[in-house]
Amino acid sequence: MLMQETIAAIATALGEGGIAIIRVSGPQAVPSISGILKSRQKLTEAASHTVTYGHIVDVDSGEAIEEVLVTVMKGPRSFTAEDVVEIGVHGGLIAARKVLELVLRQPDLRVAEPGEFTKRAFLNGRIDLAQAEAVIDLIRSKSDRSHTVALKQAEGTLSKRIQALRHSLIELLAHIEVNIDYPEHDVEEMTSSYIKDSCGSALEAIRKLLQTAAEGKILREGITTAIVGRPNVGKSSLLNALVQESKAIVTDIPGTTRDVIEEYVTLSGIPLRLLDTAGIRETTDVVEKIGVERSYSAVEEAELLLLVLNRNEPLHGDERELLGKLANRQVILIINKTDLPERLDVEEVRTALPNSRIVPMSVLQEQGLEDLEQAIRELFFEGQLEGADLTYVSNARHISLLHRAADALNDAVSATADGIPIDMVQLDVRAAWELLGEIVGDTAGESLIDQIFSQFCLGK
Amino acid sequence: MSYAAGQYDVLVIGAGHAGCEAALAAARMGCETLLLTINLDMVAFMPCNPSIGGPAKGHVVREIDALGGEMGRNIDKTYIQMRMLNTGKGPAVHALRAQADKFEYQHMMKKTIEETPRLTLRQGMAEELIVEDGVCVGVITKTGAKYRAKSVVVTTGTYLRGKVIMGELIYESGPNNQQPSLRLSQSLKENGFELVRFKTGTPPRVHKDSIDFSKMEIQPGDDKPKFFSFETEYANNEQLPCWLTYTSEDTHRIINDNLHRAPMFSGVIEGTGPRYCPSIEDKIVRFADKPKHQIFLEPEGKNTSEYYVQGLSTSMPEDVQLGILRSIPGLEKVEMMRTGYAIEYDAVVPTQLWPSLETKVLPGLFTAGQINGTSGYEEAAGQGVIAGINAARKVQGKDPVIVERSQGYIGVLIDDLVTKGTNEPYRLLTSRAEYRLLLRHDNADLRLTPTGYEIGLISEERYAKFLEKKSLVEGELARLRTVKIRPEEAEAMLREFNSTPLQNTIDALTLLRRPEISYAQVEPFAPAPNELSEDMKEQVEIQVKYAGYIEKQQLQVERLGKMEKKKIPDDINYSLVHGLASEAKQKLGTIRPLNIGQASRIAGVTPADISILLVHLDHYSRTRAARSS
Repeated sequence: MLMQETIAAIATALGEGGIAIIRVSGPQAVPSISGILKSRQKLTEAASHTVTYGHIVDVDSGEAIEEVLVTVMKGPRSFTAEDVVEIGVHGGLIAARKVLELVLRQPDLRVAEPGEFTKRAFLNGRIDLAQAEAVIDLIRSKSDRSHTVALKQAEGTLSKRIQALRHSLIELLAHIEVNIDYPEHDVEEMTSSYIKDSCGSALEAIRKLLQTAAEGKILREGITTAIVGRPNVGKSSLLNALVQESKAIVTDIPGTTRDVIEEYVTLSGIPLRLLDTAGIRETTDVVEKIGVERSYSAVEEAELLLLVLNRNEPLHGDERELLGKLANRQVILIINKTDLPERLDVEEVRTALPNSRIVPMSVLQEQGLEDLEQAIRELFFEGQLEGADLTYVSNARHISLLHRAADALNDAVSATADGIPIDMVQLDVRAAWELLGEIVGDTAGESLIDQIFSQFCLGK
Repeated sequence: MSYAAGQYDVLVIGAGHAGCEAALAAARMGCETLLLTINLDMVAFMPCNPSIGGPAKGHVVREIDALGGEMGRNIDKTYIQMRMLNTGKGPAVHALRAQADKFEYQHMMKKTIEETPRLTLRQGMAEELIVEDGVCVGVITKTGAKYRAKSVVVTTGTYLRGKVIMGELIYESGPNNQQPSLRLSQSLKENGFELVRFKTGTPPRVHKDSIDFSKMEIQPGDDKPKFFSFETEYANNEQLPCWLTYTSEDTHRIINDNLHRAPMFSGVIEGTGPRYCPSIEDKIVRFADKPKHQIFLEPEGKNTSEYYVQGLSTSMPEDVQLGILRSIPGLEKVEMMRTGYAIEYDAVVPTQLWPSLETKVLPGLFTAGQINGTSGYEEAAGQGVIAGINAARKVQGKDPVIVERSQGYIGVLIDDLVTKGTNEPYRLLTSRAEYRLLLRHDNADLRLTPTGYEIGLISEERYAKFLEKKSLVEGELARLRTVKIRPEEAEAMLREFNSTPLQNTIDALTLLRRPEISYAQVEPFAPAPNELSEDMKEQVEIQVKYAGYIEKQQLQVERLGKMEKKKIPDDINYSLVHGLASEAKQKLGTIRPLNIGQASRIAGVTPADISILLVHLDHYSRTRAARSS
């Protein structure tokens, strides 16, 4: 058997519907989940193909997190032919995510790669030979999509902070390595206090990242949705209506939203990451120009675009240009201000983007919001929008990797205190560096060697 | 023109550190072997530093020894200094380093070769490969001798189209003004090999009597030297010290004033040099804020006055070199005996090799050493012994021997070369090994002696001794677990070594786990019934003390070992594997990895590609099984 690692992931599609299933497969599946499940009968004692009722607990705090129904299916009579545990969570998205995070904190358990359950099922002979090609296509498409998401995230704040963290660790590693491989060179000897300090500050940085993750400030997920349009067509009002709290400044002066504002909302169970943008128009104002440029980059990034047009004005040149740029994108056209007389040529708009849904609204009078929700829901359930679940899974993965990196650094600190030689402490530091690398998708071994030779002057 | 000069099993071209090991291994395995070299006086010559070993490299020497190679025995006979490095760090990175009497080293190796049955040593320059039906079957020399062989091992070092550079002076030459090999490159190219141009260099040598040692710091050898070979029980060679000094402000000024004459910066050097062994001019430019650089003076032997100036590798013009030398404290009046130089040479792109070191391009042809893009005597010798073993096994119709990454640095070295290739002369570092804790120099014999014995390079006598050591160590580990120590017994000793008093009776093994307690402290409470050597005690102590870390790595090896065992059929056509990314198809098709483990180490092959490959292989084998039943 090639696969002995135990893997976990959310097995159900995101969206409406209260139930989410977290699937765990591999030799550690039953004992791992048993460790975080409070139930009348221990899960390790449950018979195969039975359901156990209980609560998932946070082992650190002892607090019960979620009420769950847990199904045990012993291999080979399971989807993957390995021991499988499925945790049914009723609390919706947030609850499922919390449970997955706790599951992934268990030792010897990692998040499943794209298509990995299916791959295991195939390699274990559970899937018909004729399906090999379909299995391959699934792995290919899932991993390509998650790659795209990872690339997008690589430019984000989280990624920058992780890269900085990794850089400090690789400097420490290079220093340790030089001490080992060039013992007679006049390079400063690595001391235990140096290692302790470096690991300590890295640990502090990870702690902060985990804290922000818990507060949902950085590692938030959702379908990236940009609200775009000319100045003063009602973009911020729409955003406000959607989040029902006033964050963007709403005035009647065109061009008051000069930055991109982010909000996270859940519409009918669909997570959206909303970007409100500055109005797009030709401008000479320097500050506004920056805002306009950011709007364009938000347009690039978004999976879904809500293009807001003013029903009360004829189509503007800027808008025509924008319509041209949005062909082949997922766009919902919002014809705002239905309370005012129609001066807009709706037919022209419809011809420009024939595949887009059109939603007439009056944001001011709170009309049409339900239709907008309906339009988004349709797109989502027709499968037109799906990046979100990938972001979602990768975030749970990030949190578990951050925890593991912190564990490794703690090991390094305590090993140093115990007088363990640096070449062994190095193992823990290196593990932390590699785990962080998995978050940003970079685990190349060669760069340590590069770092050694760029940081130190060595030679014969 | 040419004449039939003989038929051999194995033919080795080049008698440097790789060639000597290859030829000795093949002959000792029963093959009629010919070792050809341009100049018989250059057998096992050390064109650069007169030393062997150090971190990773010293480990390789012990591995060569465990496989039945010669380098360890030879340096144990001819050392003029032994030093254990890194003793303040963990046992895995302790490293033995010897200063060699470079002339005695050569003579001793030549003598061993001359006295080895079935091995013929001959002077001659190989110029052309003989290829029949796509297989290499011999070579033709400059003098027209046609040698035929079943396997050919090419170990040309820096001789292939060698070019020496000193400032403005450039001429065709091998190392140390030897004749270069100008024709063989062409023959390799004609047979489909892709070559690259690499560069290395060496510092000047100076006369002992012109050195003022009073201005330098002495670096003596160890009082109780350890040895490289399992077979060396005792040697008490006279030891000579090395000397430490530093560059001065003047040195840096002279170099900066003459940078326009440095070939490194004037653009005449086209070969890629190694970053880990930069020239002094390179160091001063790249690390401009470093006020001084370390210089070691190493004796080149007992019967010579030449000293090697480590840290001063350079390709500056001769007059500048002299100025640089004389700006260094202790070398104010120094006499330069040999000028330092840079040398460029041709190497084979190593991804053209199988892990056995046979070339994919030309069956029957093996390459080893610097021609494969490495640097260092030990790296060369490690490849040499493997190439020799596999050349002989090919003649004997046996499967090649491949050292796994988890088995030895030799495995790490060869796998890196053939799987990833290299952009610069490759040097082994302990940080290249993912299982550094398992690849210790103290257990090289445990890791590889069984292989050496199996292939016939380890004598019965030595193997019996090895098994005895192994069983004594294992027995002692088991025994320590059964010996109980009461709190009051150990009280005084624990106080003396600042160790926490015992609460309960514990076994000796558990006590030995404490970092501050060594075997010597535990021994009085648990006297061993068998007389254990120092080596064995060390082995016991290491295995107990670092058990946790060692087990962690062992577990990793087992996990990944499954990937290494999953073989890829050699007739696989990657372009027909549905779903593989095109980059993966191209890379896999070039490298042709033997197993999934190797495939996963290729740059540009993603985990998704590996998953797809696994599904494909499974499909392939199930379909085949279905067809045959």
